[in-house]
Amino acid sequence: MTDLALIGPILAAMFAAATPLLFAALGELVVEKSGVLNLGVEGMMLVGAVCGFAVTVQTGSATTGFLVAALAGAATASLFAVLTLFLLANQVATGLALTLFGVGLSALIGQGFVGIPLDGLPKLYIPGLTDLPVVGQAVFGQDVMVYLAVAAVPLVHLFLYRTRVGLVLRAVGENHTAAHALGYKVLRIRFLAVLFGGAMAGLGGAFLSMDYTPMWAENMTSGRGWIALALVVFATWKPARAMLGAWLFGGVTILQLHVQGLGIDVPSQLLSMLPYLATVLVLVLISRDVARIRLNAPACLGKLFHPDA
Amino acid sequence: MPSHAETLPPDAPPPRLELRGITKRFPGCLANDHVDLVLQPGEIHALLGENGAGKSTLVKMIYGVLHPDSGTMLWQGAETTVPDPAGARRLGIGMVFQHFSLFDTLTVTENIALGLDNAGPMDQLAGRIREVSERYGLALDPGRHVFHLSVGERQRVEIVRCLLQDPKLLIMDEPTSVLTPQEAAKLFETLRVLAAEGCTILYISHKLEEIRALCSRATVLRAGKVVGAADPRQETARSLAEMMMGAELFTPERPPQSAAGAARLSVRHLSTTSDNPFATNLKDVSFEVRAGEILGIAGVAGNGQAELMAALSGEVLLADAGAVVIEGTSAGHLGPRARRELGLAFVPEERLGRGAVPELSLSENALLSGYAREPLVRGGMVHFARARAYAETIIRGFNVVAHGHRAEARSLSGGNLQKFIIGREILQKPKLLVVGQPTWGVDAGAAAAIHKALIDLARSGAAVLVISQDLDELFVLSDRISVLFHGRLSDSRPTHETTVERIGLLMGGLFGTPPDEDGEITRAV
Repeated sequence: MTDLALIGPILAAMFAAATPLLFAALGELVVEKSGVLNLGVEGMMLVGAVCGFAVTVQTGSATTGFLVAALAGAATASLFAVLTLFLLANQVATGLALTLFGVGLSALIGQGFVGIPLDGLPKLYIPGLTDLPVVGQAVFGQDVMVYLAVAAVPLVHLFLYRTRVGLVLRAVGENHTAAHALGYKVLRIRFLAVLFGGAMAGLGGAFLSMDYTPMWAENMTSGRGWIALALVVFATWKPARAMLGAWLFGGVTILQLHVQGLGIDVPSQLLSMLPYLATVLVLVLISRDVARIRLNAPACLGKLFHPDA
Repeated sequence: MPSHAETLPPDAPPPRLELRGITKRFPGCLANDHVDLVLQPGEIHALLGENGAGKSTLVKMIYGVLHPDSGTMLWQGAETTVPDPAGARRLGIGMVFQHFSLFDTLTVTENIALGLDNAGPMDQLAGRIREVSERYGLALDPGRHVFHLSVGERQRVEIVRCLLQDPKLLIMDEPTSVLTPQEAAKLFETLRVLAAEGCTILYISHKLEEIRALCSRATVLRAGKVVGAADPRQETARSLAEMMMGAELFTPERPPQSAAGAARLSVRHLSTTSDNPFATNLKDVSFEVRAGEILGIAGVAGNGQAELMAALSGEVLLADAGAVVIEGTSAGHLGPRARRELGLAFVPEERLGRGAVPELSLSENALLSGYAREPLVRGGMVHFARARAYAETIIRGFNVVAHGHRAEARSLSGGNLQKFIIGREILQKPKLLVVGQPTWGVDAGAAAAIHKALIDLARSGAAVLVISQDLDELFVLSDRISVLFHGRLSDSRPTHETTVERIGLLMGGLFGTPPDEDGEITRAV
């Protein structure tokens, strides 16, 4: 196999590997822009993964599977929302607890589903385009979820920066007291944002279990929820940058797999660390701009709000 | 007190707004106690009272942010309730907040859109903002982010936001404290035009001269109760202040300056460049403050005050060590702590967040700057008993109204916190005190106390530098006055040889070089 011939499959695998991160990161980005820090992404992804998988196995419909995964993610997130928004629980502690809860709950639900194979989603085939050398498979031969994740990037951007609701959401994350004084429903907006974040995390998880590696295994997200959280911060809350970060993570994941496959004498544990390390390093380096952080970081992130205080 | 409505002829239109027996109780305090207020169409009505008298609570209820426990509200004669601010805006009530309700990371246009119920497309709105801001002389760039704006510019955003709503009742909470006299005069023209068009204006200000010039009626609150009504045009500033305080007002006297002593602070050819493209760079600023004198620096916010304060405090280190000389020692390269050890004390403009940590108690806040010159830390360990005693000394010495040294800084009213911060610095017996906006948002009684403390400090031999936008204040305090405009400092003039009008013109830029072509501050390269 020549080097050039390798590039196509590597690119294709990279986009697929980036997809779960992209879903989860975009969801969390909206949540954080509203001023809520939900560290439970990993837990919500796992619940989405197992619910989507179980429903697909039983109904045979991947569409139903993804819908249920989104609902399950949102339902898990609603727990977090009720605790932090209405009962004023600490967001960091509640988010950590949500992840632990998600790990346990997904393992429980998934008990009967370990070892069952699924087919995964059909790949798109566009005559001509998909057959293009190098990029054909990667760009024109993915399945529908990969495109949905990419399409969500401009949609989230447009929502945040071009619609009135997006403006209100950013305002709530920036200064909830002022938003309240102007008459906006801070808690309602945050509640909906948290639900959206949960649904997106659920989709990201389901992509893993139903498509990327179509099977259920305990704890199969293996830290992707945490990387998604890191992506949001290092992308300075910009959707397009989060996508670049997700691709970077996907790319290094695939490359290190190939390196492992070549039998180079490097401990595999070290190589498995690489995607995490590289993503964090690169994003830290490109996001050093203080003015950019100040401009994009939601000032009320993680702060509790009570309308009567 | 008889209601004004009863004295009107029966066929007169109903009052724009009438409050009857409005009461609001917070845990531990009765903020409003059966307040009656009548606002007629087209009048400019002053609401007077010291900090904590209940003015803010009352206007928040009118604007729907808070809800009264009892009492009724009549809008144009019909009983009504205001469920929320959007409801108030629908009635035609607009409000300029004292603590600005702005969003730092959003642009001017976005901020204004958030306060309008039908903002329309952003580019159209930007056009309307430009139009209104030009018409009323409130220069604003709709595309800029608010966190780049000075306090004065932020206030302009609030005012323009209200004007865009075509309000029937406009509530203005301390609108002019950051404007030049000329800008304020322009705003008054605007307000008079609005009033002539039938808009009612409820005007809250601590500047009593302003109220005498602008308002035709005044309602005075004290401790949550209406204690009087007056026609401000028939009163003096002193009589109004005494009505608010319920006690006699003392005016700080500035005894003639004995011969000025040695230079305590010399600033020589201070120029700054900033990474922030919207900062105002200082250009060749030179001045001296001598022992025993108060130098006032006037200027509209955003002309380099923040940069000058940062360069003096040590928050920003200077490449040229000799640009700032404290007590004969080059200090430009020294950080804040080293400068404090040379004898500098410092009161920043922002009380919460820079002058004090909002969530910390008063004794902890006393420790924060006091430890450099007071024995509050021993072998790296905090000596809490001493910090407590120090805080208590400040509270007693400066009549700070607070629930003891344990009170959180943010629980104090603006005036009391400012008295505490200034007391903390003065009790360290500084050789040089730099103060930014000492009485911004502070009531007359507290302002007089702060002014007296500053004058006493100077007369005891310290050098005092006051950077303020309040010209009345600078004329009370200063021996000499300079003006900062576009990063340049004018020569100082002895206060008794100049007038408010002349300094006001300098604040508008009538000295040295003209502003850049686009009227914009010079940007860093």
